Amino acid sequence: MQGRWKDSIHLIRPAAVFLAGLLLFLVVRAYIVPPTFGQYGHYRGAVLDEVRARPVKYAGQETCAGCHVEETEVKGKGKHATVACEACHGPAARHADDPGSMRPMKPEGTALCAGCHEMDTAKPKWFRQVNTKEHMPGMKCTECHAAHSPALH
Amino acid sequence: MDATRRQILKGAGLLLILGARANPDAAPEAAGAAAEGAYNPHEHLWGMTIDIEKCIGCGNCVRACAQENDVPEEYFRTWIERYEIEGGDLEHPKVSSPDGGKHGFPPSSETTTKQFFVPKLCNHCQESPCVQVCPVGATFDSPDGVVLVDESYCLGCRYCVQACPYGCRYIHPKKMTVDKCTLCYHRITKGLTTACCEACPTQARVLADLKNPADPVHVFLRENKVQVLKPHMATRSKVYYRALDGAVR
Ligand code: HEC
Ligand code: HEC
Ligand code: HEC
Ligand code: HEC
Repeated sequence: MQGRWKDSIHLIRPAAVFLAGLLLFLVVRAYIVPPTFGQYGHYRGAVLDEVRARPVKYAGQETCAGCHVEETEVKGKGKHATVACEACHGPAARHADDPGSMRPMKPEGTALCAGCHEMDTAKPKWFRQVNTKEHMPGMKCTECHAAHSPALH
Repeated sequence: MDATRRQILKGAGLLLILGARANPDAAPEAAGAAAEGAYNPHEHLWGMTIDIEKCIGCGNCVRACAQENDVPEEYFRTWIERYEIEGGDLEHPKVSSPDGGKHGFPPSSETTTKQFFVPKLCNHCQESPCVQVCPVGATFDSPDGVVLVDESYCLGCRYCVQACPYGCRYIHPKKMTVDKCTLCYHRITKGLTTACCEACPTQARVLADLKNPADPVHVFLRENKVQVLKPHMATRSKVYYRALDGAVR
């Protein structure tokens, strides 16, 4: 009995060390690999929710429509139907959540209009453009064109 | 010998307990996902369509992207390029993008050349070179087809910046981790469109859910000749351009 132990101790010892090492590896691995790693693939699945949690700044036109019924209707019938409210008024999610807390930018017409409508041969031909230096100079665009429905009839 | 073995076992036991302590954060995450319930990433596949003939180069998309995503000055997740081509010289287009087109372009009165605008952004490739080179699993292709970055894993090694054939990535100057277009993942998963599409006055760019049979993208792809950027790179891009000129790189 004694003799047999003595002969096999050189096998048991490395086996114990190996098992201890394996255990250590498993424990350390369980500790440092995040729980959601591998949920969808070779990355931390929880990132999806982390990225989703970032704040929204552009509320989207449908949200504006909920309160600004008149502007929405006027714009919807005019030539600026495809231009969303926040394309001109800037991000307004904070305003939409609580109108009193923040007022969206109320753009001064002329620079805003020129940003889209200034004559440029690189722009597609179908898009209505004017040379602002020649088209009614010295006047604000909004004196003749209503920003929300700009066509003159 | 016995004593040391016992010490080893004790140490291992302690680590086990610590490991068990580390695990509980799995529970709230799972509960959170179940509670929100409504959005299932496996039911969507996001991309975008861009109609060159509708782009007026106003820069609204670039500004909206910067505001929505706090993109640092002089860095771009989306930008606009103006191409100018003389005759049939497709090999040597003049390309300009002052400040990414953020404040539009100086008006041109040149009539002897062909000119047009090309908005660019991450192509959310299905075979993304950037994902393939990441050594730590910090950048990946989500189940709904959006290439995202795990900032807490990113080493800032820049492999992916080099690998992207479209130049869509940069190192964030403050965080020192890689940053890129998320296709406004925080918006599209809540039923909103991306900030750039919201702000586009002509619907030159439109968000597309390729797995939603009711999405207009299917009609768009059926009725138009479309192309992706650098098709020879075989990245399986999901940003489809209509009326893309051969000179565009
Ligand atoms: C919850 C209702 C509500 C929503 C949603 C809402 N607004 Fe308003 N908005 C108001 C109210 C109320 C006022 C008037 C505030 C005042 O006069 O103090 C206002 C005023 C404004 C003004 C005028 C500001 C000024 O200086 O006169 C603009 C521009 C505006 N809203 C744009 C928007 C846009 C763009 C959206 C969509 C993102 C939006 N609003 C969504 C309620 C709303
Ligand atoms: C083409 C750009 C443009 C778009 C699109 C636009 N606005 Fe405006 N909006 C303006 C300008 C410019 C003014 C300032 C008008 C003025 O000074 O006469 C204004 C004024 C307003 C005002 C203040 C009105 C007042 O009498 O003071 C409200 C409220 C408003 N907009 C809401 C909206 C909403 C809601 C939408 C979307 C349905 C929208 N706007 C879309 C350009 C725009
Ligand atoms: C964000 C870009 C943008 C801004 C800013 C903008 N517009 Fe427009 N505008 C458009 C688009 C898009 C159309 C639609 C073009 C079309 O369908 O022909 C349009 C159409 C028009 C038209 C053509 C109407 C017609 O008879 O066809 C006029 C006039 C006009 N806008 C004036 C203005 C004025 C004035 C302003 C400033 C208050 C302004 N626009 C600001 C994008 C813009
Ligand atoms: C004195 C009034 C007046 C002012 C000020 C004015 N416009 Fe006009 N605008 C007109 C008239 C009149 C037309 C032609 C009628 C029409 O096509 O509806 C027109 C047409 C347009 C068109 C359509 C052009 C086309 O090819 O069909 C655009 C775009 C336009 N204006 C933009 C602007 C912009 C931008 C400003 C400011 C820089 C501005 N307008 C200032 C009166 C004015």
